[in-house]
Amino acid sequence: MASKGIRDRVAVVAMGCTTFGEHWDRSTDDLLVDAVTECLAGGALTPDEIDAYWLGTMTSGMSGLTLSRPLAIDHKPVTRVENFCATGSEAFRNACYAVASGAYDMAMAVGVEKLKDTGYSGLVRPPVASDGTSADLTLTAPAAFSLLDPAYCAKYGVDPAAMREAMTHVAWKNHVNGARNPRAQFRKAVPKEKIAGSPLVAGRLGIFDCSGVSDGAAAAVIVRAEDAHRYTDRPMYVKGLSLIAGPGSGPIDPGYDYTTFPEVVASAADAYAQAGITDPATQISLAEVHDCFTPTEIVLMEDLGFSPRGEAWKHVLDGAFDLDGRLPVNPDGGLKSFGHPVGASGLRMLFECWLQFRGEAGERQLDNPTLGLTHNLGGRPGACVSFVSVVGKELSAA
Amino acid sequence: MTLGIVGYGGYLPVHRLAMADVAATLGSGSARGSRVVASYDEDSTTMAVAAARGALAGRRTEALWFATTNPAYAEKTNATAIHAALGQGALGFAVDMAGSPRSGAGALRAAGAAGGLAVLGDVRVGLPGSADERDGADGAAAFLFGPAAEALAVPIAHSSTSGEFLDRWRAPGEPAARSWEERFAVEMYDPLINEAVAAALAEAGLSAVDHVVVSGPHTRAVSAAAARHAAAEVLPLGHAGAADLGLRLADVLDRATPGQTVLTVSAVDGADVTVWRTTERVGSTRAGVRAQLEAGRAIPYATYLTWRGLLDREGPRRPEPERPAGPPAARNTDWKFAFVGSRCDKCGFVHLPPARVCASCRTVGQMTATSLADAVGTVVTYTVDRLAFSPSPPTINAVVDFDGGGRSLLELADARPDEVAIGRRVRLTFRRMYTAGGVHNYFWKARLMEVSDGQ
Repeated sequence: MASKGIRDRVAVVAMGCTTFGEHWDRSTDDLLVDAVTECLAGGALTPDEIDAYWLGTMTSGMSGLTLSRPLAIDHKPVTRVENFCATGSEAFRNACYAVASGAYDMAMAVGVEKLKDTGYSGLVRPPVASDGTSADLTLTAPAAFSLLDPAYCAKYGVDPAAMREAMTHVAWKNHVNGARNPRAQFRKAVPKEKIAGSPLVAGRLGIFDCSGVSDGAAAAVIVRAEDAHRYTDRPMYVKGLSLIAGPGSGPIDPGYDYTTFPEVVASAADAYAQAGITDPATQISLAEVHDCFTPTEIVLMEDLGFSPRGEAWKHVLDGAFDLDGRLPVNPDGGLKSFGHPVGASGLRMLFECWLQFRGEAGERQLDNPTLGLTHNLGGRPGACVSFVSVVGKELSAA
Repeated sequence: MTLGIVGYGGYLPVHRLAMADVAATLGSGSARGSRVVASYDEDSTTMAVAAARGALAGRRTEALWFATTNPAYAEKTNATAIHAALGQGALGFAVDMAGSPRSGAGALRAAGAAGGLAVLGDVRVGLPGSADERDGADGAAAFLFGPAAEALAVPIAHSSTSGEFLDRWRAPGEPAARSWEERFAVEMYDPLINEAVAAALAEAGLSAVDHVVVSGPHTRAVSAAAARHAAAEVLPLGHAGAADLGLRLADVLDRATPGQTVLTVSAVDGADVTVWRTTERVGSTRAGVRAQLEAGRAIPYATYLTWRGLLDREGPRRPEPERPAGPPAARNTDWKFAFVGSRCDKCGFVHLPPARVCASCRTVGQMTATSLADAVGTVVTYTVDRLAFSPSPPTINAVVDFDGGGRSLLELADARPDEVAIGRRVRLTFRRMYTAGGVHNYFWKARLMEVSDGQ
């Protein structure tokens, strides 16, 4: 039995999101206090009204105390969750289900990550005692995702130069969008020549093909849909939530070809079914997707059903996913402009949908968007978790 | 029972250090020739595995003697890693003979007497600009001893002499050996070698032989001894420490014809002399020592110094990998050391590493162990990782599909970024992935096959 979903049963009534960046002057605690305070203030809420919290963080702290201590939360349920790069989305999903179950009237999902205190380039996983044979011990994330590029070109007969242009376009587009976002880490458009010629990190991925490393936090308050208008005149309704962990067999299965994320295909189908979406390419108004590396976003356009197989690179080059394209993807600037503080990213994506539905997206404002998609990918090609949500501006017609 | 060599293998790493590069960098020294150099991910143990795989050719051995002057570990036996990488299971004897280059002759003598495998592997290091750096070589050789009736060469006489004198020495922990004046050792070695050779030839009832090899760390003493024999053959390879005698014997066996006699002399703190006679089986298998020696590719001197730990360079802003943990490595010995996966009895899907639940048909607990150490595979996709921690960045990684089933994401050994491509064929090689916390992380990498033999 597939997931039944909780379409239109819960709604977001307040959100907060810090600026993302190299916050040398702010701790994990500071980021949490900032995001939660902004969120509560926006909804004119007090901490007393929140019945339970879900905190997402991958490496910045363990247990509910990571949130309850800096916020001085007074003996409430606080659950810390971790699910790789879908950590923030996982906090949101669990908070939504808690409210939908009737166990709580109001729950808060919070995500935080403080990456710039490690001193390392890129993400670092906490070590697990092992026999030392896994490729993941040394292979970096950009290298793992760069495996998509030659495989995709070979399968669809794409000229590597054209693929390189498409990768460049993804980075260029997301930086153009991020330049219009006051909360982004990088707020400058980057010329295509600079992107294409940036120093190599892995495979054909240069620095500008990789998302940045930053600190940030974001928060959301969730209530039952029927209660939403008590807190805001413009709530954001949850249409579908899907979290899928694959069997992780891609790296050992000759049947996997490194041109798709089967977990994304499965979680998209699940979320679309919950939300009643039959043609995502035309029904979705905006998509916030996991552009950890530029080839990832190209493949995601196919896995999420926005482009037919083997066609996404062309659609990207045609501008289909630009801010003024047929389906704006990462209008807020994406991981490319925000960096990827793991626990915060999923909630940051929802925050853009929240702003767009409310007409508060400033220079990035789209023309009356009604359905938004957010997506996270955690892990590596062939072995990952995928999260897809569909959120909406209005309740669906019964 | 008389025992003889029933199989042998020789291994020379692919990298070469040009002395012109050394001379240009240091501003002094001879610019002639080059030496054979182990890669950053090779050590005496991994090269021993490479040579031993050739010698065993899938056979089992009851005993294994491993000789080296450069053991990867002290206190812990290195021969057990070789034993495990050869897929020998728990049964059997595996011991190190580590210390002086004479250990090579010792391992051959022990295996020849008791039956079993003598494995000789070495990495020879000298201080920058030294004769040891210039005249050394890295490599390995292995000889399996079994019934004379199955042998390709049998020993027909032995003789040894021993001398206690200060020629070369190194205290444990020191990076390089020291030596006394060259002329002193020539005078000391001369009578020791002559006496042993005369005794061995007398025992064999021979006045002349078809092939002569003389091995030893002392270049002039070796040259002087070789000059006495018209049949002496000089393999243009530097001194490979405990592996030297074995590599030279393997080279002679590569070219010998049935019924020939071979005199081997190892001159290290005395002399160990053996007279061998080849049988009609010689030539049934070859180690290809000369071909390996002639192949090779140059690496810059700075790279060499970095590989040997003589040049400490800035690494990436990435954490060093964790050391492998003892219990999981012990639980997974067959996988980690012998590349043994599991094949589903129901659907045939191959799991690397072995799994209990089939990734294809989901059947639980119906698996049969299957070794892919000798499998050939094809590159499906690949990348060059310039960010990863490595003693020799960038690392190259490839997704490899093996003929007959099984896939693994592996590092490529001995490859340049411009050589890898989808469709290239690979074999497996046992390497040291990295060293962390004083623990060497051994596992398997893929190595590109020649385009000509792969396609």
